[in-house]
Amino acid sequence: MLVINNLKASIDGKNILKGISLEIKPGEIHAIMGPNGSGKSTLAAVLAGREFVKVTEGTVTYFGKNLLEMAPEDRAKEGIFLGFQYPIEIPGVSMVNFMKTAVNEHRKFKGLEPLTASDFLKMMRDKKELVEIDSKLANRSVNEGFSGGEKKKNEIFQMAMLEPKLAILDETDSGLDIDALRIVANGVNKLKRPDNSFIVITHYQRLLDYIVPDIVHVLYDGRIVKTAGKELAFELEEKGYDWIKKEIENTVS
Amino acid sequence: MEKDQDKIISDVTTTEYKYGFYSDIEMDRIPKGLSEEVVRLISAKKNEPEWLLEFRLKSYHHWLTMKMPTWPNLKIAPINYQDIIFYAAPKERKNTGNIDDIDPELKKTFDKLGIPLQEQKHLAGVAVDAVIDSVSIKTTFKETLAEMGIIFCSFSDAVKEYPDLVKRYMGSVVPYTDNFFATLNSAVFSDGSFCYIPKGVRCPMELSTYFRINSANTGQFERTLLIADEEAYVSYLEGCTAPSRDENQLHAAIVEIVAEKNAEVKYSTVQNWYPGDKDGKGGVYNFVTKRGMCKGENSKISWTQIETGSAITWKYPSCILRGDNSTGEFYSVAVTNNHQQADTGTKMIHIGKNTKSTIVSKGISAGRGQNSYRGLVKVLKNATNARNYSQCDSLLLGDKCGAHTFPYLEVDNSTAIVEHEATTSKIGEDQIFYCNQRGISTEDAIGLIVNGYAREVINKLPMEFAVEAQKLLQISLEGSVG
Repeated sequence: MLVINNLKASIDGKNILKGISLEIKPGEIHAIMGPNGSGKSTLAAVLAGREFVKVTEGTVTYFGKNLLEMAPEDRAKEGIFLGFQYPIEIPGVSMVNFMKTAVNEHRKFKGLEPLTASDFLKMMRDKKELVEIDSKLANRSVNEGFSGGEKKKNEIFQMAMLEPKLAILDETDSGLDIDALRIVANGVNKLKRPDNSFIVITHYQRLLDYIVPDIVHVLYDGRIVKTAGKELAFELEEKGYDWIKKEIENTVS
Repeated sequence: MEKDQDKIISDVTTTEYKYGFYSDIEMDRIPKGLSEEVVRLISAKKNEPEWLLEFRLKSYHHWLTMKMPTWPNLKIAPINYQDIIFYAAPKERKNTGNIDDIDPELKKTFDKLGIPLQEQKHLAGVAVDAVIDSVSIKTTFKETLAEMGIIFCSFSDAVKEYPDLVKRYMGSVVPYTDNFFATLNSAVFSDGSFCYIPKGVRCPMELSTYFRINSANTGQFERTLLIADEEAYVSYLEGCTAPSRDENQLHAAIVEIVAEKNAEVKYSTVQNWYPGDKDGKGGVYNFVTKRGMCKGENSKISWTQIETGSAITWKYPSCILRGDNSTGEFYSVAVTNNHQQADTGTKMIHIGKNTKSTIVSKGISAGRGQNSYRGLVKVLKNATNARNYSQCDSLLLGDKCGAHTFPYLEVDNSTAIVEHEATTSKIGEDQIFYCNQRGISTEDAIGLIVNGYAREVINKLPMEFAVEAQKLLQISLEGSVG
C-alpha cells in the first residue's frame, strides 16, 4: 500500500532524511526505532503532509498515487492517520463536534450521507468501549487540560473512529505509564485487520512487548540502517543504540 | 500544494456578501443634507407632536456645537453630512398590520433575508419588527402580545399611541447631549422599535427587530426603546444587513433599555452590515449608542453581540447599575477581516450596593482588520461590595491584523472587587494541521477553532440564532488564513 523510495527531506535547509526506502503491505505492522534526532518524527511528518518539511528527492506512492502531491486532509480521507507525538489542544471545540466533523468529512469523501446525531453518538460509545477510554473525555474540548496519558489515549480513540488504512503512531508510547501503555497497545491490536497497516514509531522497545511488529527498522542519521524481524527490537533493548552506531561507524571506516 | 492553498484562499475571499442585493422599491426620499429644515421635514413626514419636534430641534442645535470624537482607535474618512439623505421610506407605506398592504417587492426582500413577515411560519417563537431604511413596515404577533399587555410596535406608532411612556423614558438613559452620534440620532431618528413589558409579565416569545438599509446615500438612524416593568422578562434580538455599495453608509442608532425592580432584559445583536469589499471599499459606518439602566433592585440587563459586519464599528453597549443587587452583563464577539475596523466594548457603572457585572469580550482579527476592546468599569463611592469580572481575549489570524485592548478602571469604593484577565493568541498552524490530519479542510478547521474560541458568547444567544451566528462567523472569516 505504501512504497517509499529514496526519500530525502530537509527542515529549514537542514537535511534530515537522507534516502529512505521502505515498503508496507496490507496487514503489516512496522516498527521504526532509532535514537533521538534520527529522523523518525520527520518521516511521520512527511507522510502526513506537514509543510515545514521540504521533500528534496525521492517518491512516496500510496495505493498507486503520488502521496506527496496530496493535501493533508486528502491523505487523511484516503486513510492515513497520524497519532501525534504531542497532540494539539483546541479550546472550546468539543470532542463530539470535532469527531463528528471529521467522521462526516470521511463519509462525504466516500460518497456516504452524514451520520445522524444518534448514530454518531452510538458510534462514539462503541469505539470508546473498544479502546477502553473514559467516556468523560468525549465531553471535553479537544485535548484541553488532558494529561499526557489522556492525550495519547485520545489519539487511539480518534484512530478507532476514523478506521484508517495506514496508521502512523509517532512515539505514542512516550510519557505513558504501564496502564496507559497497555490501553494504547490494546487499541492497536483490536483495530488490526488483514487490510490495514501500522507504522509504530518508538524510541523504546517496551511498546513492542504489547504490539508485536512484523518488521523492525532502525533509523539512524536519516537512513534506515537495519531491517529485520521482531527479534531486532530485543537486541536493541539489550545492547542499546550505541551498538548500531558502532557498527555503522565501523562499516564507514 | 501551496498552489492549492492559494486557490482555496482566492476562491473564498471572493465569496460575496450574501445580503448585498438591492431591492427596487419605490421610495419617498427627502433631498440630501442636514439643516433645521430637514429636521422639521422629518418630523412633519411623521406627523409628530410638537414636543417631539422640540426634542429634535434641541438636539440638532446641540449637535452643531459638537465635534466628532477622535479618541477611538479608528481611521475614519471625513463624513460629509450634507451628502447624506436623512429620510427614505417605501412609498404607500402603511404599517396596518395587514400583510396584504405591504409592497410585494418588500415582502420579497424580507423573504430573501429569511425574515418572516407572516406569522405562524417556521420562526413561530419570534415576533419581528421589520425596519427598512427609515421606517418600520411590519410588526408581527402584535395582537398575540397585546393580549398579555405587551406593547411591541414601531417607534413611530408608539409616539402616537403611547406618548406618555415614550415621553417618560426616551432620553432617560441616553440623554440627547450624550455624544456626537447619539445627539445626531436624537435630531434625525426616523424609526425603530418600541417595547414595553408590563409588571410581572414574562414575554413568551423572542422579540426582534430586523434592520435593513436599502437606499443609496441614505443614513439609517433608528431608535429603540425597551422597558421592562417590575418583575418582567424579555429576550430581544436585532439583526442588520445592507446592500453592497462602493460608498460608505452611515448608521447611527440609539438603544435605550430600562429595567425596573426584579426585571430582566436580554438583548442580543447579530450585526452583519455590509463590511466593504476585500480592498476596504464601501461598507457601513456603524456608530451606535446602546445603554441599559438597571433602575430597580435585583434587575438585570444582559448584552450579547456578534459583530461581524460594518466597515467601522464604534459601539459600547453599557449598563448603569443603579438598583441595589442589580447585574449587568456584556458578552461580545467582534470580527474584523480584510480592512474592517472595530472599536467596541462596554461600560459598567456601579452605583447601587452589591451590584455585579461580567464582561466577556472575544475579538477576532484577520486580514488587515483592526480590533480594539475598550471598556470602562466604574465603581462609585456608595457601591459597596460591587463585583466585576472582565475577560478580554484576542485571536489573531495571520500577521497583518491587529488587536488592541483599552481597559479603564475607576474604583472609588474599597470594598469593590474588580478582576481583569486578558489573553492574545494566534490560530496555530499546529491546530489547523491537526484538523487537516483528521480530514477537515483548512476552511472548516478555522471555522471550528473560531467557533470554539467564541463558544462562551455564542451560547448566550437564543438557540435559533446561535446556529446562524456560528455560520456567520465562519463565513466572515473565510479565506483569512494563508
